[in-house]
Amino acid sequence: MRRFSWFNTTSLTLGFAFLYLPMILLVVYSFNESRLVTVWAGFSTKWYGELLRDQAFLDAAWVTVKVAVFSSTLATVLGTMAAYVLVRAGRFSGRTLFSGMIYAPLVMPEVITGLSLLLLFIGLNIDRGVFTIVLAHTTFAMCYVSVVVSSRLTSFDRSLEEAALDLGCSAFEAFRLVTLPIIAPAVISGWLLAFTLSLDDLVIASFTTGPSATTLPIKIFSAVRLGVSPQINALSTLMIAVVTVGVVAASIITKRAAVSQARDEQAAIRAE
Amino acid sequence: MAQTVFAPWTDPDQKPIIEFRNVTKTFGEFTAIHDLSLNIYEREFFALLGPSGCGKTTMMRMLAGFETISSGHIFLSGQDIGAIPPNKRPVNMMFQSYALFPHLSVWENIAFGLKRESRDRDQIAARVEEMLRLTRLTKFAKRKPHQISGGQRQRVALARSLAKAPKLLLLDEPLGALDRKLREETQFELMDIQEKTGTTFVIVTHDQEEAMTVASRIAVMDEGHLVQVATPAEIYEAPNSVYVADFIGDVNILQGRATPQGDGVSIDWAEGQPPIRAATDTTFSPGQACHFAVRPEKVTIDVERPDRPNTFRGKVIDIAYLGNISTYHVELAGGHRMKAQMVNARRLANRQITWEDEVWVGFTDTAGVVLEE
Repeated sequence: MRRFSWFNTTSLTLGFAFLYLPMILLVVYSFNESRLVTVWAGFSTKWYGELLRDQAFLDAAWVTVKVAVFSSTLATVLGTMAAYVLVRAGRFSGRTLFSGMIYAPLVMPEVITGLSLLLLFIGLNIDRGVFTIVLAHTTFAMCYVSVVVSSRLTSFDRSLEEAALDLGCSAFEAFRLVTLPIIAPAVISGWLLAFTLSLDDLVIASFTTGPSATTLPIKIFSAVRLGVSPQINALSTLMIAVVTVGVVAASIITKRAAVSQARDEQAAIRAE
Repeated sequence: MAQTVFAPWTDPDQKPIIEFRNVTKTFGEFTAIHDLSLNIYEREFFALLGPSGCGKTTMMRMLAGFETISSGHIFLSGQDIGAIPPNKRPVNMMFQSYALFPHLSVWENIAFGLKRESRDRDQIAARVEEMLRLTRLTKFAKRKPHQISGGQRQRVALARSLAKAPKLLLLDEPLGALDRKLREETQFELMDIQEKTGTTFVIVTHDQEEAMTVASRIAVMDEGHLVQVATPAEIYEAPNSVYVADFIGDVNILQGRATPQGDGVSIDWAEGQPPIRAATDTTFSPGQACHFAVRPEKVTIDVERPDRPNTFRGKVIDIAYLGNISTYHVELAGGHRMKAQMVNARRLANRQITWEDEVWVGFTDTAGVVLEE
């Protein structure tokens, strides 16, 4: 094996330290016995227990999950449809404008998106709450879904759909029976992306929320303004754990699928 | 045993299964098909042959319903199919890339079309089994497309497109992805299956050998026009133009001026060379410019002057040895070159003629065709 030079080792260490030191500190202090965040007083899991007894946090967690599930599902449906039209409709007048407008919210400052949505909801006289956050998250998450799905559709063999039509499918059946199952991994990763974006969004949620709906990021942010408590550390650690488990699981599933496909192909070659 | 020759196109009472009537197809400024009319008959194995960009794939896609017709009509069994969407046409297509559904097994791929039209499970299962037997895929029914070889995939694609018993099967370069040996085997398999099922096949190909092997008739296309539509033998022996002669097989093409003489013409083609005597049905006016095309295998090569209507003296400058045959490139006086092909009946060591030898090339007056400019 090639050994790293001292320069490479140092820059690697510094880089990882830069990325992960804050998080490690947070995780370590979440197991701190002391109420004071910066003073170590021994190992304890009591803050986790206290967190689970705190109804306000549990409510916020429930709101967050609800918002994330609904908005990511809605965003996936809309984003997939938009991607399908953009990739498949060929050249129609206004295509460039349309695709530009789909991707523009990706680079739009969140504050502006949030503010404009707030003005819209006030103008339409809609009561702000879970419903408005779901709408807001859907609008920005569908751009991300659309990007992920359209990159998959570009490499999708068009003749598969033509074959489905040729064999008697209507256009919708061809999409449901052939296109969707094949692009499903991209659609699922689009959903996961939308779910994560919704889970950790603070800015847009705080613009569009009402008194009845407090999401976890809003809860954490407002709690921290009163001072960092070990309880918040525990909550953050749990969120890190959830995200890590999700990401690792997703990558293992993807890798397994790739490995088994490669193995099947090898078997086919030997059989010839 | 008397066998009637299959040639419905010569029978004026036969109704064509497909009729292109003055079909034109344009893509923006570009005209892919120019005012084209063509009849294809039931049980034919019809080949559309031409270089890439000649419009043959567009013709096929219009038959399948993936391209609209700009003007003109296409009739299938007498019905104008211009406005019928692809999923409602009794036509199936085998795609160049096979387009097998990767998420479905071989069995499910073949059953896909059947499930769209019928709910009877037993009937579907019976039909799929029949197709699997026909294409010798029974063992692979449960495999996914990526778990089988290229040749097997090709057969799955064929089975899937035949499962619905279409009136017409379209094959888009069906053997392009196979290696040479497998391709030759598969050509005969295709002909066999076509005969067994009695389906009309239309195949698109750029491979002239493939078209010659499988087709009952070949349409040679160039830039959206049909150049010649005829049986493989006619196309080869009696091409109607320099384009066809040159596209199919190897050929010597000489340019000259024709003078009517007896039941043929005499062609002055080079300074200092005797004129070529050639039989032809076409009438030429004296001095009319023409091309003379003769296949290398119809040109003989000898050390002594042979007793033939056309003989020319020359020098061997190149020999292409292909095992069973050799092609001799002979330079005639005046710099013209002619290719002559000989079967290698003797072993290579006993070959009489070699490089730089003075030889005679010769051919009969019916060996070649005279083509108008």
